[in-house]
Amino acid sequence: MNKQSLRNVWAIYTRELAGYFGSPVAYVFIVIFLLLLGFFTFYVSNFFEFGQADLRGFFQWHPWVFVILVPAVAMRLWAEEQRLGTIELLLTFPVSLPQIMLGKFLSAWSFLGIALLLTFPMVFTVIYLGQPDMGGVISGYLGSFLLAGAFLSVGQMTSSMTRSQVVSFILAVVISLFLILAGYPPVNAVLNGWGAPMVLVNLISDLSFLTHFISMQKGIIDLRDVLYFASVIGFMLFAGAVVIQNRRIA
Amino acid sequence: MAMIEIKNLTKFFGAYKAVDDVSFTVKKGEILGFLGPNGAGKSTTMRMITGFIPPSAGTALIGGCDIIEDSLAAREKLGYLPENAPVYPDMTVVRYLDFCARIRGFVEPERSRKVEETLEKCFLTEVTYQSIDTLSKGFKQRVCFAQSILHDPEYLILDEPTDGLDPNQKHEVRQMIRQMSPQKVIILSTHILDEVDAVCSRAIIIANGRIVADATPDALRAQSPSHGAVCVTVGAAAPEPLIQQLTQIEGVKTTEVLAQSDGDLKLRVYPQSDTTVIADSVVASLMQGDVAVKSVFVEQGRLDEVFRNITSNSH
Repeated sequence: MNKQSLRNVWAIYTRELAGYFGSPVAYVFIVIFLLLLGFFTFYVSNFFEFGQADLRGFFQWHPWVFVILVPAVAMRLWAEEQRLGTIELLLTFPVSLPQIMLGKFLSAWSFLGIALLLTFPMVFTVIYLGQPDMGGVISGYLGSFLLAGAFLSVGQMTSSMTRSQVVSFILAVVISLFLILAGYPPVNAVLNGWGAPMVLVNLISDLSFLTHFISMQKGIIDLRDVLYFASVIGFMLFAGAVVIQNRRIA
Repeated sequence: MAMIEIKNLTKFFGAYKAVDDVSFTVKKGEILGFLGPNGAGKSTTMRMITGFIPPSAGTALIGGCDIIEDSLAAREKLGYLPENAPVYPDMTVVRYLDFCARIRGFVEPERSRKVEETLEKCFLTEVTYQSIDTLSKGFKQRVCFAQSILHDPEYLILDEPTDGLDPNQKHEVRQMIRQMSPQKVIILSTHILDEVDAVCSRAIIIANGRIVADATPDALRAQSPSHGAVCVTVGAAAPEPLIQQLTQIEGVKTTEVLAQSDGDLKLRVYPQSDTTVIADSVVASLMQGDVAVKSVFVEQGRLDEVFRNITSNSH
């Protein structure tokens, strides 16, 4: 990447990020995100009664909160450009499509990262209550951030397919739900019950976000899991670029 | 070789041929007016020239750079004002222009200077810090126009640049376009025929995706049936003898009555061909009679007549 392409990505990135924080939606999102996680951690997982100084009861809810909230962050990325017609200017600027894709993705990902960082009181709580395994906390956060990126890339892809944010949201939720449920133990049990061969069940669950997320929650940073999330993100960004390219032809 | 070359541009939307084998070249200093009825393919053509939609066949060269093969280099040289002037509503004017300046590769301190300069040039200083969604249509149009000229591009593509502006603003924008034109290649589309007269040095009329006329506004006007006709207003009451008298003049084809009121009679005398000059003989003939001549003028022809003739024939 040369200097100008970096500058282009940076220009797109800062514009999008300012767009998030320039609207009240961002603050509403962050508040809902924190409230939901707090609710699940303390009232459903019974964090205090559990008697363990770790964040497993906190991280385990992330996929289910993300599946609803991340598509909401992603839905405007392309749908809004197409509705307003600003896509016409964006695509005739001397900026390549991968640069735009990357800039948009990174800005939304940073926004999610900021929301995630705002859960820091949880970390202080466990440190106050006992001696948590900090390695586990860090790898948990890393896993959660990667998971958010994967959901986001799905949402950006569906956003490129339509000019309606609602359609983008629903598509993203459905696809993301599939990608979680494929690794959800009860679903795998059902597949087993149908007499599906073990290899197939494993293959399906290996394709799931959940399987790779769970192993990172345990404090293991496996290169394969990181690679998995990176390739999902890469693939979805590429797919989004192809969709945009093809919508212009039609 | 500062020019835009359009080579056999063709665009299909499904089975529908929106643009059909359009070719032309625009040189530096020219302002090309792109005319045509709604749905003729003006915007589609411009979108292909700017690289927004890929053509089904053919290509456009922007200063020698192919918009398909060497898209980024070609887009760097272009300034583009799309139809309806899309701008991000959630940004302030100055932030938006700053974003465009970044995209165009300007770094500080030149970037701020460019933005400042453009704000002034486009009369936007009073709304510098206003959010774009609070602006009127005219201001939005000017913000988008500002974006297109910010980097002082050699090639300007303007899709209905004066759409939604009031007469004063229209005048300003036209003046700006005219002032820039010696250093630039400008293509603008419009459906306002006055605008072609006011700013364009050349006009292309397209209908059903095909070029049906390519000439200077004056040459186009000469194709008008009323070109060279003499309009006279006289104070006579009975038109018939006068019509007879005028039609007998050598070179006159017909005479028609335009209006008749309060003893005033307005007549239009048509010459037999475009090149026949009949004004002097018509005046001489009128002076011989005992009618009071109130006004005489030679018609230049009207663009809207030509436009209507050309675009309705091609159906």
